[in-house]
Amino acid sequence: MAETMELRKTALNAVHRAAKSKMVDFGGWDMPVDCCGLIAEHMAVRTAVGVFDVSHMGDIQLRGPGSLAAVQHLCMNDASKLAVGQAHYSAMLYPNGTFVDDVVVHKLSDNDYLIVINAGTREKDIQWVRKTIGHMPGVHVNDFSDYYTQLAIQGPRAAETLQKLTSTDLGTIKNYWFTWGQVCGLHNVMIARTGYTGEDGFEIYIPSDETTSARVWGEVLAAGAEFGILACGLGARNTLRLEAGMALYGHEISDNINVLEAGLGRYAKLDKPEFVGRDALLEIQAAGGTKRKLVGLEMIERGIGRDGYPVFSLDGKRVGEITSGSPSPFLKKNISMAYVPVDLTALDTEVAVEIRGQMVKAKVVPLPFYKRVKKTA
Amino acid sequence: MAYPADYRYTKEHEWIKVDGNTGTVGITDYAQNSLGDIVFVDLPAVGDAVEAGKSFGSVESVKAVSDLFAPVSGKVTAINEELKDAPEKINTDANITWLLKVELSDVKQVDGLLTAADYEKFTSEETGH
Repeated sequence: MAETMELRKTALNAVHRAAKSKMVDFGGWDMPVDCCGLIAEHMAVRTAVGVFDVSHMGDIQLRGPGSLAAVQHLCMNDASKLAVGQAHYSAMLYPNGTFVDDVVVHKLSDNDYLIVINAGTREKDIQWVRKTIGHMPGVHVNDFSDYYTQLAIQGPRAAETLQKLTSTDLGTIKNYWFTWGQVCGLHNVMIARTGYTGEDGFEIYIPSDETTSARVWGEVLAAGAEFGILACGLGARNTLRLEAGMALYGHEISDNINVLEAGLGRYAKLDKPEFVGRDALLEIQAAGGTKRKLVGLEMIERGIGRDGYPVFSLDGKRVGEITSGSPSPFLKKNISMAYVPVDLTALDTEVAVEIRGQMVKAKVVPLPFYKRVKKTA
Repeated sequence: MAYPADYRYTKEHEWIKVDGNTGTVGITDYAQNSLGDIVFVDLPAVGDAVEAGKSFGSVESVKAVSDLFAPVSGKVTAINEELKDAPEKINTDANITWLLKVELSDVKQVDGLLTAADYEKFTSEETGH
């Protein structure tokens, strides 16, 4: 493999390499894909706790009295509904209703929003933000992407693990809320109850110097040791989010796929007076909706449907493509997400996936494939 | 893990152990390590012909699928049925977890394959360390 461009590294790169994690080029980043075995990592997150280095994610801050208006124009969800300390899933759209990127918007204060964006789209996103809202009054755009080391501590024992390292009562942070507290002796660390695994968990944002990053990473692993914590790579991150039916940019969502096709219409607040992409979504709705939709598929014959494999109707017509597909380590089935015409989206509809020249049957199943049982206590 | 000196190897990361007219074929430790957790092995049927350098099946991990290439030509005399339910055995010990046995049509083909030392050199060049 020829290396044409130097890969970008997180502050934990040396730690991952010293731990002999298997590294891959992920959107230009040298990231661990497999730390100690994908299935073991996946199961640790489903049954106990795992920790991920997600510092490659980007962070854009919008500040100033005009920041809410800017977020409202830029993103499809309704940020006026957010309280300080609350976050929500949203997306930045092109005027035609397709995706620039999906994002999580955090309201830091009345004049201050943090938008967490994907790694592979960082430059495109920041340029889009500047182009789209740069002219608006009273808002200042800052790219804080390199400012943080972001760790995701995920799984049913995540709260117990992180609680050992902070004086903040994590029980007071609800899902998709965040606060600031002392973590591993660091002051004012943003602690968010967010994640991308379908489990309970936290994401913490610490300074991105190598010494601090390595120290906190080590302390998280030590705190979780009694629960069997594992360092997890992007491989497990992908299978976890796939089981949880969560979209990945470049797969389920892209500049070729609109919000309604992706099944994310509930996050597009069309009752907002205005945002980029709104008109197109209203037009699509008025025209009777989309022609294709994202569905969950489960293989019913032997075979694994994977990213990019074509999907056929049973009468042999090519109707779509798998966007993400993999064996599911937790469900022990072969699952995938795919775009198919709306007349093939009913549950239990059978289709065929072409796997290396052979037609293998699959059926439409509900998304998400996996839903955690929420603790009542 | 060391590569057994009495095996021969391909650049596609298969090994073959030859005993008289019979070859036992598997994938190398390097291959299983690159693939990660193996979940599925697709093998030909007993009696099928395989051809040196041509694909005879595939092995799949959670994240990738990889073709299997025949080190030699011949007829399949046995497949490892155990792998249907326990493909992860390849991860545990690739050197002894065989995929299939082949009746060689030309034993001399084996001479063209890599020795353990050649293969080790080849993989170290491939990874750059």
